[in-house]
Amino acid sequence: MNIILKVEDLHKRYGREEVLKGVSFEVQKGETKVIIGPSGTGKSTMLRCINQLTPPDKGRIWLDGVEVTHPKTNINTVRAQIGFVFQDFNLFTHLTALDNVRLGLLKVKKLVKERATEVAVEELRRVGLADKTEAYPAELSGGQQQRVSIARALAMDPKVILFDEPTSALDPELIGEVLTVMIDLAKSGMTMVVVSHEMGFARSVADEIIFMEHGVIVEQGSPQQLFSHPQHPRTGEFLHKITELYGETG
Amino acid sequence: MRERGAACPSPSWSKEGELKIEGLITVGRSLPDLLGATLINIELFLALILLGFLVGIIIALLQVYGGGFWSALASAWEWFFRGVPALVLLVLFFYGSSEFGLSLAPFTAAALALGFRSSGYQSQIFRGAIQSIPPGQMMAARSVGLSRLQAIANIILPQALRLAIPAWSNEFSSVIKDTTLAYAVGVNGVLRHARYIMVRHYELAMLAYITVALVFLLLTYGGNWLLGLVERRLALPGFQMKGGRGQEALSR
Repeated sequence: MNIILKVEDLHKRYGREEVLKGVSFEVQKGETKVIIGPSGTGKSTMLRCINQLTPPDKGRIWLDGVEVTHPKTNINTVRAQIGFVFQDFNLFTHLTALDNVRLGLLKVKKLVKERATEVAVEELRRVGLADKTEAYPAELSGGQQQRVSIARALAMDPKVILFDEPTSALDPELIGEVLTVMIDLAKSGMTMVVVSHEMGFARSVADEIIFMEHGVIVEQGSPQQLFSHPQHPRTGEFLHKITELYGETG
Repeated sequence: MRERGAACPSPSWSKEGELKIEGLITVGRSLPDLLGATLINIELFLALILLGFLVGIIIALLQVYGGGFWSALASAWEWFFRGVPALVLLVLFFYGSSEFGLSLAPFTAAALALGFRSSGYQSQIFRGAIQSIPPGQMMAARSVGLSRLQAIANIILPQALRLAIPAWSNEFSSVIKDTTLAYAVGVNGVLRHARYIMVRHYELAMLAYITVALVFLLLTYGGNWLLGLVERRLALPGFQMKGGRGQEALSR
């Protein structure tokens, strides 16, 4: 198989608290991996370690054969190949939707303006926001902002997109529009690593689910396996609780 | 003319009406010179505010992003130029420079002294604005692949400078008046000219200084009007001067 992302023995400590205690996994090309687990178990930290927004203390990461964690690797080049979608969107507040999507194309990929605009408009159309190109983030709903941020990630033509609880900051009625975009993406063959509490999404879209707790991977496997025959009692307990809390919408 | 100015309670005080008109004519005659001298103040102002702006941004960026040595160096700069009185700085730069064999012209010395002084104040305006930008903006910029410098130039500064305008207009009003201090090192600005009038016609002192006051009132008014225009021009949704819906809560 074609491994696009490999994480090996990731450790991260904040002061006295060890947030990640040796996390390892692989992501195949075109795969959607969903990471679940109680809050405070290092899921977001792990995601940020992958593109080095949070440098890990120990462990190695490869993206398409290039070692991300190697000191001589140009991190900006690597980051341009890893899309990142934040929980609270983090759109550039002084730029229009178009400019948010176009910035990386102009400044990192060095495309000419006409070409960058073409790509940006196309990606905004892909997330259903062709009519919002000139809108500023403050003029968009949460769901629209998150879709712009997905378009911003997509425009760079990344090898993998990391989603850090992309629907957690959204009003319930806006979650659907973002999940729809993500489901379409997964179907189109985009490689995705998604930290989420959306069990419906995990169950229907994930190729594999990783259950994390206390900084380690407790269990991983197909949705079928984890939901029906969890090997670890904590997995079953968590899935039961989270399904009760959030339901299975999406 | 001089004899009348030399002795204050001169007999001419009795002919008050005559003097007032004569005084107005005298001040009126020297008005072109006075305004010409104001031009020197404006030039000095432009030089020092620009210098203070550029250095101030660099100091602020070093304080926020420089870390360790650079951050400490920037803070020392800021501390020195905010801590020493303006008049003392002027004297230090003008007379001090000749000690080192530089011998700066009065205008240059004043522009440097007041410009660096302003950089100390401006740096804190910019630092506050930079630090008020949510950390997610920098994270998002880096996640797209922008370098730190690119992120600062394209994301942080455009937002921070917009946020800084109201506080910056304060600095503007302050330093435009500080240019009058430069007469202490021999810059022939408007204040020096007012002194000329006073020395020649002591009884016209008030009139001369009232004229100077009016000149500066007009300058600060015009400048703040211009800044307001800039602020409105640069206003974006999310960066307005007045919060839209939030404002309603204050309406009753």
